[in-house]
Amino acid sequence: MRTLPFDPLLAAIAFPLASALVIACGLPKRWSVRLAYVAFAVPLLLALHTWWHFDASPKVAGYAFLTQYSTGLDAVGISLKLGLNGIAMPLFLLAGLVGFAAGLYALQSQAERLKLYLLLLLVMQGGLMGVFASVDILFLYFFHELALIPTFIMVGVWGGRDRAYAAMKLTIYLTLGAMLSLAGLIAIYARSGANSFDLMALREHLSRFPLDQALQGNLFGLLLVGLGILVSLFPLHTWAPLGYGAAPSSNAMLHAGVLKKFGLYTLIQVALPLLPAGHAAWASPLAWLAVLGNVLIIGLVTLAQRDLKQMIGYSSVMHMGYAFLGIATGTAVGVGGAVFLMVAHGLSVALLFLLATSVHHRTQTFALDEMGGLARPAPVLAAFLVAATFAGIGLPGFANFWGELAVFVALWQFSPAVTAVAVAGVVISAIYGLRALARVCFGPATPRMEEVAARQPPVDLRWSERVPALVLLLALLGLGFWPRAISDPIHAALAAPATAAAAPSAR
Amino acid sequence: MTLEAAKLAAANNLWGAILPELMLAGVALLLLALEIFLPRRQHAVLPDLASAGILGTLLGLCLNWDSGMLGAETFGGLLYHSTSGQLLRAFFLIAAFLTCVIARLTLARQKMPRVEFYHLLLIVTAAMMLLAQTNHLLMLFVTVETLTIALYVMVAYHRTSPASLEAGLKYVLMGALSSGLLLFGITLLYGVAGNPSLAGHAARPFHYADLAAFLTANPNHFLASLGIVLVLAGVAFKIGAFPFQIWVPDVYQGAPTPVTAFLAVASKAAGFAVLLGLCGPGAVFSAYAWLTTPVLTAMAAASLLFGNLAALTQHNVKRLLGLSGVSHAGFLLLGVVAAGATPMALGAIYFYLFAYLLAAFAVFGVMAHVAGPDDADQELDHYAGLAKESPFLAGVLTVGLGSLAGIPPLAGFMGKLFIFLAAFQAGARALLAVAIVGVVISIYYYFGWLRAAYFETWTPPADAAAGPTRPARTPVGLLAGVTLGALALASIVIGFYPGPLGHWLAMR
Repeated sequence: MRTLPFDPLLAAIAFPLASALVIACGLPKRWSVRLAYVAFAVPLLLALHTWWHFDASPKVAGYAFLTQYSTGLDAVGISLKLGLNGIAMPLFLLAGLVGFAAGLYALQSQAERLKLYLLLLLVMQGGLMGVFASVDILFLYFFHELALIPTFIMVGVWGGRDRAYAAMKLTIYLTLGAMLSLAGLIAIYARSGANSFDLMALREHLSRFPLDQALQGNLFGLLLVGLGILVSLFPLHTWAPLGYGAAPSSNAMLHAGVLKKFGLYTLIQVALPLLPAGHAAWASPLAWLAVLGNVLIIGLVTLAQRDLKQMIGYSSVMHMGYAFLGIATGTAVGVGGAVFLMVAHGLSVALLFLLATSVHHRTQTFALDEMGGLARPAPVLAAFLVAATFAGIGLPGFANFWGELAVFVALWQFSPAVTAVAVAGVVISAIYGLRALARVCFGPATPRMEEVAARQPPVDLRWSERVPALVLLLALLGLGFWPRAISDPIHAALAAPATAAAAPSAR
Repeated sequence: MTLEAAKLAAANNLWGAILPELMLAGVALLLLALEIFLPRRQHAVLPDLASAGILGTLLGLCLNWDSGMLGAETFGGLLYHSTSGQLLRAFFLIAAFLTCVIARLTLARQKMPRVEFYHLLLIVTAAMMLLAQTNHLLMLFVTVETLTIALYVMVAYHRTSPASLEAGLKYVLMGALSSGLLLFGITLLYGVAGNPSLAGHAARPFHYADLAAFLTANPNHFLASLGIVLVLAGVAFKIGAFPFQIWVPDVYQGAPTPVTAFLAVASKAAGFAVLLGLCGPGAVFSAYAWLTTPVLTAMAAASLLFGNLAALTQHNVKRLLGLSGVSHAGFLLLGVVAAGATPMALGAIYFYLFAYLLAAFAVFGVMAHVAGPDDADQELDHYAGLAKESPFLAGVLTVGLGSLAGIPPLAGFMGKLFIFLAAFQAGARALLAVAIVGVVISIYYYFGWLRAAYFETWTPPADAAAGPTRPARTPVGLLAGVTLGALALASIVIGFYPGPLGHWLAMR
């Protein structure tokens, strides 16, 4: 394996942050834009590098590319430890891909105050790379918050309808979720007795001295509520459609596509291996809540949406239900399916938000009832939209298919009743997806559309929009046809004895 | 006794132990003398002299950090020199310097004599520095009174402004009450500890070590408990903890902005210096932990909830900061409660105080630029459009408020994290839950302020007489710009890399 002369993980985190700092120090706009192109591309290239060399690189307890930097707080067990295991690597890659696409889309967006917009996106990008590269759970949280702050500002400044209200609600909900998660993480640290936030040390310590059952249950419950708010677990989801409806496109892509996965990722990486008894106690309630709340109720709510962006927001809440179901099973197949689904959903929802904004530029509206016949003037846009919708539904050939399949297979062993409801959800998602597609692209143009077209004839997807969309679509197709690219590392990480949680039975 | 101790100290040449305080007092007197003797047009140099005196003292303190007296008592046990004391001395000096920077801005807008302000500031700072090292109840009272009386004048400094006078009057009344409570508590403790008929009665009942020995020998004495509660009540006024916070909003609003900043940061820190000396690990009242822990816990929980809930509805930013300061006092009290169980809490409190200093002065510095000649009139609406008009001030405000709210990657987050860790280790879980609720509530009002600065736009009323007006912004000068930039940068750097400071403070 060829090694880079520097730590690729640290570079992927630091480069966007340093670029943001340079832009903040008053780089002229022309140079800021050029720097941003590089700063969005570097994390992607480094993520591809780690993905390519992941199998061949030496690993410690499943972690490759391990490095540790002292923070001076070693006495309380806080150090910046970076590394990727089989679960983190695909999400690291996802963050690179979606970040690149969101960055390119932002660069062509002609947003007001473009420099500040790029700066905040770069901070977000740096934070996201850090989330999935951190082995230290305090830094995991730290980078998540770092990536979260720009969201609040971006929704408030560049947001659409109700932006002030949406920004406020988003901030309060997500802060509450983050604070509860932090309390849970600190509680694990304080109660474990390992005197370390290092996930590897915690796993090692807690596999020998597990916490008692009741405490595990309480801590898992605390983390589930805190992280559940962040991942929009029913009934704590109401911020999500509102926030995504208002958020500017690139921010929505990064938040819905990548940042939101933090909650699931923490459940999988931290809660599952460290609190197996807690997971066993919560598996059944979690499965029923996810399938009845997120999949069924939110699925039906999504059906009722008349607004394209709100619909995508709700559908993203719904799909999180499947990831929760995979986690509830606790088996390598189910959790692995959840990780695969997280990657696939991240790519597809980012693509949908991107295309929705491109549609809006041509129709001047998000209202589904006012659109129609966009396929004739904009065939490429329509083609992308068809592909993205199919990916969202989970058609074979797209990455989402494998994730959902693995979750369903594992879920059948867990509880056939839950599986039946979950599969019914797929039908719901097919109905709203296809109906929205039909509304936007096909059928006769509505009077309002003709009015808009008369003022400003809709053009097809420009190349500056096609490239980011193509990056996401190719990744979706690539994983759809070659799932082993990430499924092998995921499986290896989950099948390792240190992380294998006993499969609980449904009650 | 005290006089003899002073004579003894003079004979032993121990005055060097309080050289920094003497230097400040010397500069303070020099200012007054120069105001008389210098021609009027050269008076502009006097504020610079005060700032230079503070910086010089700070430099001297840092150069002579380990003065050879650490761990020793001087002046017959009046003072005890420790690393914490040195730390707090530096803290008060930094706060005083930053207050000078803000004062140069705001006092320039007033037709007020300026030199007295700096004189008083130096005196208060010297008193606080002595307070941080006090080892004696009488010394405690004397230093508290010195700083409080000087602060009465500073709060009412705008003597033509009704708001400032109202604030001054309120502060005098409340301060007098708190001094009375403190003195009554001290008297009770002195009375019981010096009573020869009680076991373990003290030869020097004012002295911390003797008093501690007496309290250990009589762990359930009623009058002693009463004295302790009264002393705590007196200190609670200083830190603005519930239920002694009623003066906070009015005084913070009415006082000149630099004084508000000084009250918010230095006065609060002084209160905590006293509190740690009395209730810290192995301190005077540790035999009465059965009493102080519940009292402090209740105060912390109530301060956290009251401060945050009351700040929610405020439109005046100075009142908002005052009430949010109540909740910060609650946070620090949480640390004091934990300090009984874990030594790390002490460092956590100091870290929190330093993070609070950086963030609060950044915010007050921005406020000084946004406000007009009337210091009491600082509404949230005045911040509308700040991000467009002055990105620098908006950026500093963002960092400051973010750090106060405890958002990573800023220093305030690390401060809260250390307090959380200490509280977890001490097992104060119920209080921790209250603190988390407090943080979430606080996000609402801090964010509301930023929302005004970033999301809202200001349209001047068409008819100047009819609509609401707002003061013109002050352009950012070189000194203020550099200082604010340094404060914001320090908040970010310490947040990203808390190692050196955290290690030095928390992990000693």
